[in-house]
Amino acid sequence: MIEANAVYVIVAREFKKFVRERSRLVSTIARPLVWLFLVGGGMSRLVPTGRGVSYMQFIFPGILGMTILFSSIFSSISIIWDKEFGFMKEILVAPISRFSVVIGKAMSGMLLSTIQSVIILAFFPLLGLRIGPLEIIGIVFVCAVLAFALSSFGIVLASFYESYESFSVIMNFIVMPMFFLSGAMYPVKVMPPVLQYCTKVNPLTFGIDALKHLIFPLEKGPMSPDFPFVIDLLVIVAASVFFVTIGGKAFERKG
Amino acid sequence: MQIIRVDSLVKKFGAITAVDGISFEVEENTIFGFLGPNGAGKTTTISILCTLLAPTAGTAYLNGHNCHSESAEVRRSIGIVFQDSSLDKDLTARENLLFHAYLYDVDKAERKKRVDEALAFAELSDRADNLIKTFSGGMKRRLEVARGLIHRPKVLFLDEPTLGLDPQSRSNLWEFITDLPKKHNVTIFMTTHYMEEAEVCDKIAIIDKGRIIASGTPQELKKIVGGDVIYLKTTDNKKAAGQIRELFGVEASEKDGEIFISVLKGEACIPDIIREIGERVLSVRMQRPTLNDVFLKLTGKEIREEYASAGDDIKEAVRSYRRRHDRG
Repeated sequence: MIEANAVYVIVAREFKKFVRERSRLVSTIARPLVWLFLVGGGMSRLVPTGRGVSYMQFIFPGILGMTILFSSIFSSISIIWDKEFGFMKEILVAPISRFSVVIGKAMSGMLLSTIQSVIILAFFPLLGLRIGPLEIIGIVFVCAVLAFALSSFGIVLASFYESYESFSVIMNFIVMPMFFLSGAMYPVKVMPPVLQYCTKVNPLTFGIDALKHLIFPLEKGPMSPDFPFVIDLLVIVAASVFFVTIGGKAFERKG
Repeated sequence: MQIIRVDSLVKKFGAITAVDGISFEVEENTIFGFLGPNGAGKTTTISILCTLLAPTAGTAYLNGHNCHSESAEVRRSIGIVFQDSSLDKDLTARENLLFHAYLYDVDKAERKKRVDEALAFAELSDRADNLIKTFSGGMKRRLEVARGLIHRPKVLFLDEPTLGLDPQSRSNLWEFITDLPKKHNVTIFMTTHYMEEAEVCDKIAIIDKGRIIASGTPQELKKIVGGDVIYLKTTDNKKAAGQIRELFGVEASEKDGEIFISVLKGEACIPDIIREIGERVLSVRMQRPTLNDVFLKLTGKEIREEYASAGDDIKEAVRSYRRRHDRG
């Protein structure tokens, strides 16, 4: 059972705190821009791409994916903070189902990540990209679904950790490898076979691939998307359902 | 009416028995105190009553609902103030209260009114839109108590409500708490290990090592100890003690340079003693029995001091067990 009021207020709380914390907003926007313009800009000169997309344009979907990855995981990890500072108890003794809590947290992550990715998306004209209004709607939709999947994944992670010391473990051993093994910085098809297997169990890969379809649909050659668009969509929807269910189960156990 | 009924409740964490077959009942709209040292099983019992833990054996009923199998109904009937603050420090007082009102599905038309009432009740109306970060310990506790009442619960649990507060805030909080049953039609279930604080309770259960070792009103419990204790300092303690024993036929022993005498009515005895051995008396003082004496008499231990460390060991063992077995 899902209590609408409870879900609403959990999302409203996260949103309020997000808007209030300017430094968090600035840092989450700054990181992808640094990657995009400093790393992407520098590498563009090294990576010859012929007449197709430049390297900076190529990593744009990956940078959107990065924005979503970091902000979704960060949002869900706030569960660990809530546990540490006691606020989680207020939620856990309330007459609401555990699943409402999980849905509320996943939707908070989805909302905040989507807002941030839209801000990054607004930079596309600077990169010389042309994206139509229909594609933009598609991009926002893909970002939202991917954000829901990754936020739910974050909830599963958070349910395994007790204190915020584990934060750096999650960042270094889960989030960073997920980012590099997602086709964000280099196409999946140029990776060694072992790493290609890793990218295929990473939902972020398919989210970024879907964004590649929408951002440079005409691209041929090594920089083109790696999987069919339909597969990408199916995988991120399936990952959302899968992780939110596991997250619900992981939370339920704590009773 | 009995709002809480607990029968032979047991809770084990692996090899550790935190609650060892306790039974008690709590009358509606009274203040019930659960008294005991650290690690005696107070918080575990509260957690079971609040549906946060499942009992190993026995039953607990709250407002007619089983605390294990009817957790949703029980949760709607209770408010809780935890040992550690459970406010969101990055939200304002009003936002914390609104969060609670939504979480407990308070009627839309009522929400704002109840939040304002709670703020007024906690005497924090002028700080309503300040972040919790800026609040003192006493303010936070008052706000938490007021928050716990927003959804009009039948029972309000207070787990060590004055822990970490300065004496001034503590006595303020007690004034605030003792008014609750009449003003809000609510039963208070509180735990404490400060004996002085338990005096405000209508009924007390003393718990040690997971068992209830005594229960009753504070007056009834004090009778366990016997009467008052008179402390005398004289020019010759040994001789005076002997004389008192002979003349009054009461216990009189010497300790740390003082004679102490247990009698039933201290104030009536003092004049007699002075009359008999008056010229040798240097000082007299009398002590009424405290709940601390009750605990001492029942267990042979002080409730605080060295005993607390053993309790902390138990707490740590329970915590590490829970970490391993029911994460979260």
